[in-house]
Amino acid sequence: MNRGGAAHPLVELTLARLREIFREPEALFWAFIFPILMSVAMALAFPSSGSAPVPVGVRQGEGAEALRATLAASKVLAPRLVPAADESRALRDGEVDLVIVPGTPPTYRFDPGRAESRVARLVLDDALKRAAGRADPWTAVEEHVAMPGSRYVDWLIPGLIGMGIIATSVWGIAFSIVQARMRKLLKRMVASPMRRSHYLLAQLLARLLFLLPEVAIPLLFGRYVIGMPLRGSLAAVAVVSLGGALSCGGIGLLAASRTKTFEAISGLINLILLPMWIASGVFFSASRFPPVLQPFVQALPLTAIVDALRAVILEGAPLASREVMSELGILAAWGLIPFVIALKIFRWR
Amino acid sequence: MTEIATDIAFQCTGLQKRYGDVVAVDGLSLSVRRGECFGLLGPNGAGKTTTIEILEGLLAPDAGDVQVLGLRWASDEHELRQRLGIQLQETQLADKLTVEETLKLFRSFYRRGRDVSELLQIIGLEAKRTSWVSTLSSGQKQRLSVACALAGEPDLLFLDEPTTGLDPQSRRQLWGLLERFRAAGGTILLTTHYMDEAEVLCDRVAIVDKGKVIALDTPKALIASLGAPRVITHHGTLEDVFMARTGRHLREE
Repeated sequence: MNRGGAAHPLVELTLARLREIFREPEALFWAFIFPILMSVAMALAFPSSGSAPVPVGVRQGEGAEALRATLAASKVLAPRLVPAADESRALRDGEVDLVIVPGTPPTYRFDPGRAESRVARLVLDDALKRAAGRADPWTAVEEHVAMPGSRYVDWLIPGLIGMGIIATSVWGIAFSIVQARMRKLLKRMVASPMRRSHYLLAQLLARLLFLLPEVAIPLLFGRYVIGMPLRGSLAAVAVVSLGGALSCGGIGLLAASRTKTFEAISGLINLILLPMWIASGVFFSASRFPPVLQPFVQALPLTAIVDALRAVILEGAPLASREVMSELGILAAWGLIPFVIALKIFRWR
Repeated sequence: MTEIATDIAFQCTGLQKRYGDVVAVDGLSLSVRRGECFGLLGPNGAGKTTTIEILEGLLAPDAGDVQVLGLRWASDEHELRQRLGIQLQETQLADKLTVEETLKLFRSFYRRGRDVSELLQIIGLEAKRTSWVSTLSSGQKQRLSVACALAGEPDLLFLDEPTTGLDPQSRRQLWGLLERFRAAGGTILLTTHYMDEAEVLCDRVAIVDKGKVIALDTPKALIASLGAPRVITHHGTLEDVFMARTGRHLREE
């Protein structure tokens, strides 16, 4: 067939979409730079704190300096003197996990609802009583185990990768379609002999090609800069990422199927994505939600992507494992159902 | 159904289209021969765009019959799209594609047609080949848009207000482009609210008002039909024809 210097329409449509993405600096920032900045920020904010001394405050007053010296000698505490007026603020901001008021007996001021404060109470109590000459009936043998991959940042990076996959899928596809509709470009293309399936397929294809650098960059950064373990196969990571991107592409398509303005599509996408940022366990484990919410939380596409990525990257789960397969099943459902509905209700004008 | 004469490019009979209570097209009929340049002239809201979009197969009429190149939209859409060139009002091509990339994209949809390099030459944008669409002037953008419609070497070109908003020089460049297309045997249907455009380009003009054809003839005959008294102050134009028929100005909002 003579195409006068042009390639197959599917190739041209995909290229056009890719060019638009790569010529949009903001899109590149969100997809490539943002996850890295997030990982760095998180690594700085949550250093692996296993053996760091526990910060505690000693209320200024009689005997405070002596008490501070005793606590400091224990090595497991980082005590500092705190004026009474500043105590509440220091506790609230997490500068100290507990404040001790010198006396006989001393008073511990802390919030038992905070895990760090409960730990501080035990460590401080233990150190004080030992210094006071307590005789322990026995001392347990401690076996210290360093588990690479158990740091918060190791756990966070697969979450950020998953978040990036779904965000780019939904935003990228939905925005590009709504923009073409607003500019009457969609209508113009439908007035030509272009096949509608080619247009939609090109959106997905461009999205999938874009996926490679988008996953590879934070993965390599995590592996070689942060030292995150990569226990599973790259192929498994690729399949999970691909499944996630395709699945969320269907959601993006559905969101854009009739939307006519940027305001409407932005609102719609935020409505879809923001609850998942919270609920799907990107920043903290989704298992923290009460059991009654678990079926919903586990059925979210982002939960499926993040759980599958963590299983593969951190635990080395093979693709065929039950865990990964069940997550892929959830993704397949999310890919198929919105996609079919989108095709049915799509407005080409 | 009547047999379609081979020299008919398209025809429609009794077209009706309403949006809620508003009747956009009200029993409109047209028949245009191959090789003709036909103009739909009328004020905004007269039903020109609705009519042309029905003919382009982008809107379904509530009633009436449409035949284009002897084919019908319901049964021959894909074949028809291969043979038509369509340029819509207000289409904005992708800003961040180059002129050449845009042409390649549209050219790829047609199974036959002109080479991209030839299209660039036709619209005089060879020098802008690698420029982003966003850097083009509005006249250049409009020529590019027409080139996208010409990519498949169409038999029939539909243009909806092709020169609205262009400066005089850009309009004349576009007219030249359309005249060359016609000289090569192509048929054109265009809508416009510029009288001079219709007078320069069109063999015949239908004046449309409130969804109906209120006059249909060559521009010359329409102006002549005004008679002497109306043209004392200036050379008669289609604007005068519109005023004479409706009592209103063509460009009244």
